[in-house]
Amino acid sequence: MDSLFEFLVSAFLVIAGIFGIVGSFGLLKLDDPMSRLHAPTKATTLGVGGVLLASMLNAAAFGEYFSMHELMITLFLFLTAPITAHFIAKVHIHRQETRETMPAAGEDDHWATHDTPEDEERRNAAADPADL
Amino acid sequence: MIGIATYFAFGCFALALLMNLWKIVTAPDVADRILALDTMFINAIALMVLYGLALGSAIFFEAAMIIAMLGFVSTVAYARFILRGNIIE
Repeated sequence: MDSLFEFLVSAFLVIAGIFGIVGSFGLLKLDDPMSRLHAPTKATTLGVGGVLLASMLNAAAFGEYFSMHELMITLFLFLTAPITAHFIAKVHIHRQETRETMPAAGEDDHWATHDTPEDEERRNAAADPADL
Repeated sequence: MIGIATYFAFGCFALALLMNLWKIVTAPDVADRILALDTMFINAIALMVLYGLALGSAIFFEAAMIIAMLGFVSTVAYARFILRGNIIE
């Protein structure tokens, strides 16, 4: 039984290390800024998840304590990784793209990241002129 | 076996941190720099948890948790500053 846990912990650690290095290597290797966003937000988050699982298994099987802290960190990271990725994508749209280079925004005439105060005033005036 | 696997993971995450540093130096734009810094935070969490695993101590989990929160808040603050020129409006 002990050797099974030992094998599991080692496997989780090795997989986590490979995921971590793939995430950072992708950050260097990919040449489009928005493809670069994929590597760290997915692979590195999985890598940390693996390390935390290995740590939890190790503490439960060989240590004298059993803790769920790692699960909390994993949950927190899995919740926040998409939010940070979204913010970084918005920064990219804000700095690198213009209204002309973006794909069509559906029923609106441009994406919200490119909104200016003048646009907002124009929209408000068009929406309900009676209130103004 | 666990010892060798831990050293392997240490090496991987240390190398990943170095790659992120290199990306911060050579990044073409601010968005890439924010991304590399965020990845460095995540790798630092992994290294800290690995150190706790190697020592068999539970002290490092609190530190890892705090680093996770700080990393999220600082990434969002940095991105928000670039987007709006202001963090709390």
